[in-house]
Amino acid sequence: MSAPDGALPAAVDAEMPPVRLDGGEVDGGEPPPVRARGLVKRYKEVLAVDHVDLNVRSGDVYGFLGPNGAGKTTTLRMALGLIKPTEGIVELFGRDPMRHGARALEGVAGFVEAPRFYPYLTGRKNLELLAALDGGGAGRSSIGNRIDEVLEVVELAPRAKHRVGGYSHGMRQRLGIAAALLRRPRLLILDEPATGLDPAGMRDMRELIRRLAGEGITVLLSSHQLPEVQELCDRVAIVDKGRVVYEGALSDLRRQGGAGYRLRTSDNQRALALAGAQPGIEEAAAVDGYVRLQADESHVGELSLTLGREGIAILTLTPELATLEDLFFSLTEETPTTPPAARPPAARQEGAA
Amino acid sequence: MTLTAYRWELRKLISQKRTYLGLGLVIVLPLFFVIFQNVHQRHDRGQDNIFAAQITQSGLATPVLMLLFLSVFMLPLAAALVAGDIVAAEDGNGTLKTILTRSANRGQIFAAKALAAVTYATIAVFLSAAVATVAGVISWGFHHVTTYSGTVVSAPEGLLLVFAANAVYLIPLLTVAGIGVLLSTTTHNSAAAVVGTIGFVILLFIVAGIPGLEGAKPYLLTEQFENWHGLLRTPTDWAPIWHSLWVCALYAVPALFAGYLVFLRRDVAGG
Repeated sequence: MSAPDGALPAAVDAEMPPVRLDGGEVDGGEPPPVRARGLVKRYKEVLAVDHVDLNVRSGDVYGFLGPNGAGKTTTLRMALGLIKPTEGIVELFGRDPMRHGARALEGVAGFVEAPRFYPYLTGRKNLELLAALDGGGAGRSSIGNRIDEVLEVVELAPRAKHRVGGYSHGMRQRLGIAAALLRRPRLLILDEPATGLDPAGMRDMRELIRRLAGEGITVLLSSHQLPEVQELCDRVAIVDKGRVVYEGALSDLRRQGGAGYRLRTSDNQRALALAGAQPGIEEAAAVDGYVRLQADESHVGELSLTLGREGIAILTLTPELATLEDLFFSLTEETPTTPPAARPPAARQEGAA
Repeated sequence: MTLTAYRWELRKLISQKRTYLGLGLVIVLPLFFVIFQNVHQRHDRGQDNIFAAQITQSGLATPVLMLLFLSVFMLPLAAALVAGDIVAAEDGNGTLKTILTRSANRGQIFAAKALAAVTYATIAVFLSAAVATVAGVISWGFHHVTTYSGTVVSAPEGLLLVFAANAVYLIPLLTVAGIGVLLSTTTHNSAAAVVGTIGFVILLFIVAGIPGLEGAKPYLLTEQFENWHGLLRTPTDWAPIWHSLWVCALYAVPALFAGYLVFLRRDVAGG
């Protein structure tokens, strides 16, 4: 049964050292919502998940990003106890679903791939059954109210008495979130929640996730949709061919991709020459009527003063951060063949930020 | 929690059409039988079965005859319809992952499903018996009845024997349900599990008819379908009932244990 809001789960597994809120290991403290170490899933010759480490901290909207077939869903299935890891361990609030069974899912809800329901029952009846399975049969009126509440949250109340068999894909996705919210989760695991939705449905789904995160629910969001992750997530793990190729803050990743500036002046040729001579400007190049600079903010500031002194007017100066898309492709299309532990820190920011 | 899961499984069963298909069969057949008998009003019913001979003399002969008739195929079919579907339907709907990420452990879910399948088979047997008894008594009265050994028993005692005979018949029928649950768990396919369960019953009937295999007959599950006859003799012949009990245990316990282990260990990668 779901723990009441704010309730803490039982003791940390003796085999696992206690962890710091940032995913590191220290003495005491609440275990993190998700912590995976060396997670492996092998299907005969196929290595679906290859030594994955994850650290989802309380309050994160954590993006689990990767191309189709990268091992995201398999990892989430292991996290929810649906499939058994070949190696490694995953804990939810300090509990391993393989060892603690349903108790490991206290305070946890969500779905992997498309949420599935009994098609011959109405949306509401499905929720009633799931509430009953969670032990919510006792206080019928309070459960009824809770069902009304979650149906309102996902805007499905008007269709609640219709059979799920007649629901659109988007309505089923929203019913999946309603079913998850019934448990009053502290951790919401969502696997590709916006996949298959039309643009309006995607916008509504993002808005819903943002709202739930705003209410303090930790969200682990698996997706291959970069704009969705960029818009919603503060921390990410990028997975490719079963391996985590980056884990850490999204902002760190983008900074790591290189902070750049686009400069347009009244005399780009002289500006380029001055930029090249200016200390701290790492790179300067003329590109399509602009001067592209690689430098940190303070050095760009000094360059702007120099340009002013030289009588060169600055027409535009805009920061140019690497997009998640750029970074994603650079990470997933040139995956190193060395094991994760052997990779340079730049490509592996575990517990960063 | 197992009780919660069991109640949940029953609620789900109640909302499925398939549930009523099997129950409908075991209700309609006794009714048809009684209506047919009333229309034809034959008093010289076959002499091969003592209860058939007294069909119009006591309404209590009807449930015994119906048990004789339904126990071979229809009741096993009704049990298989639900038992074979009970886990596989979750695979078919993709809902196994939905229920396994709630508050019940796998073991509890499996126990609830096995119990629900058993409950359904039990309801099917007693519902059929109740319909046959009521229809028989309305048509031919609540009178004394003569048992296999020629002993005349009073109507209340006869009613008790009808109840006991159905209860004893549950031993092999619940075994069939257990095999259905195993196939439902291992095949992940409702149709395959239902057909497989019934196919297994038919296979055993065929084996029983093969010359030279008479020695195996007492250990075939299908031979236990007649274990209740011992109750309708005076004195009661308990030997076939005890025999049936351990033979059925040899089928049911490994089937349920194997189903439990498969359910506990399987990767739920679909849906």
